[in-house]
Amino acid sequence: MINPQMVMYEEEFNQIQTVVDRLVRDANAKVVFIVDKNGQLIAASGDIDNVDTTSLASLTAGNIAATGGMAKLLKENEFATQFHEGEKANIHIQLVGNRVILVVIFDSRSSLGLVRLRVKKASEELNLIFESLLKKVQEPGADSPFAEITDDDIDNLFND
Amino acid sequence: MSFINYMAREINCKLVYYGPGLCGKTTNLQYIYERTNPEAKGKMISLATETERTLFFDFLPLSLGEIRGFKTRFHLYTVPGQVFYDASRKLILKGVDGVIFVADSQIERTEANLESVENLRTNLAEQGYSLDKLPYVVQYNKRDLPNVASVEELRGMLNPTNIPDFEAVARTGVGVFDTLKAVAKLVLTELKKNG
Repeated sequence: MINPQMVMYEEEFNQIQTVVDRLVRDANAKVVFIVDKNGQLIAASGDIDNVDTTSLASLTAGNIAATGGMAKLLKENEFATQFHEGEKANIHIQLVGNRVILVVIFDSRSSLGLVRLRVKKASEELNLIFESLLKKVQEPGADSPFAEITDDDIDNLFND
Repeated sequence: MSFINYMAREINCKLVYYGPGLCGKTTNLQYIYERTNPEAKGKMISLATETERTLFFDFLPLSLGEIRGFKTRFHLYTVPGQVFYDASRKLILKGVDGVIFVADSQIERTEANLESVENLRTNLAEQGYSLDKLPYVVQYNKRDLPNVASVEELRGMLNPTNIPDFEAVARTGVGVFDTLKAVAKLVLTELKKNG
C-alpha cells in the first residue's frame, strides 16, 4: 500500500474536535466538518443534525479530487481553497496539509473575510495534529483491532 | 485506504464498481439501495447527465454490522464507464480498498470489457496499486439476455487468476448481494492480514 492507513485515536480526535468546535463559534459558522481526501468524515460540529454530512463528505472529496485533477493539467500543485456562494448558504473548502479537507458552511451571519481568517488559524493547528497522528500511525507496533479478528467474525457479519 | 476510527469505534472502507459503459454498475448500487434497511444505508448520490449516464460517480454508504465492537461501514462508488471519462475514473480509484469489475456478458461487449479491465489495471498502477494484490471480484452481468457469451468464455478472458466471480442480473438483483459480500469479505480479510 502506498498510503499509510488512516487511523483516528481518542487523543487526536479530541484535539481535532476542539479546533472544529471553536471554529464554528469564531467564524459564526453553521457547520464545520473535516473529511479525508477519500471522502471519509473525520469530525463535524455545529448544526449537523440538519445536514447529511456523509453525503457532503463524499461530494467534497470528489470536488477536491476534480479540482486537483484540473490543477495537475495546469501544472499547478493544488488549488487549496474553494468558495461557493449561494443565496442563503455559502461553502468554504480548504485543503489542509494536502491531507484533509476543512469545510465551513456559513450564512449571512458571517462573512467570507471572517471565515478565511479563522480557517487560516484552524488549518495551522489541524496540520500539526494530523502530522503527529500520521507519525503515530507509522510507528511500528501500532495495534489494529483487526489483527485479532477471526474468519468466523467475518463470516458472522454476513449471516443474514 | 480504510479508515479506522477508535473514537467512534468505526471502520470505513471504500469499494469501487468498475466496468464498461452501460454494464450495470449504477444498477447494482440502485438494487442494493432499494433492498437495504433504512437504518443501514445513507442517501444514494448519483452525479449523472440528463440522460442518466454517470458523469462523475454514484455514492452509497452502507453499514454492515459490527465486528468486535467496531461498526463496519462501506462506501460504495461507481465510476463513469464511458471511455472519455478516464480522468474521473482515476480520481475515484484513489484510496480504494476493494474493486468489483462488472462485465457486460453480451457478446458484442467483449472488446469493451477487455478494454475496461485493462484500463482498470493501468489506472490502479498509476497510483501504485496492483490489481493482483487488491481485494477484487468479477461479476458477469446481464445473464438474462439472449446474446451472452458463456461464463467459461468470460472467465477465460476476464478472470485468468481465478478470483471469486459471480453471474448476475443486476436489474432484478440476481447475484448483486453475493458479489458485494464477497468483496467486503476480502477487504476485511485483508485488514486482518495487515493488522
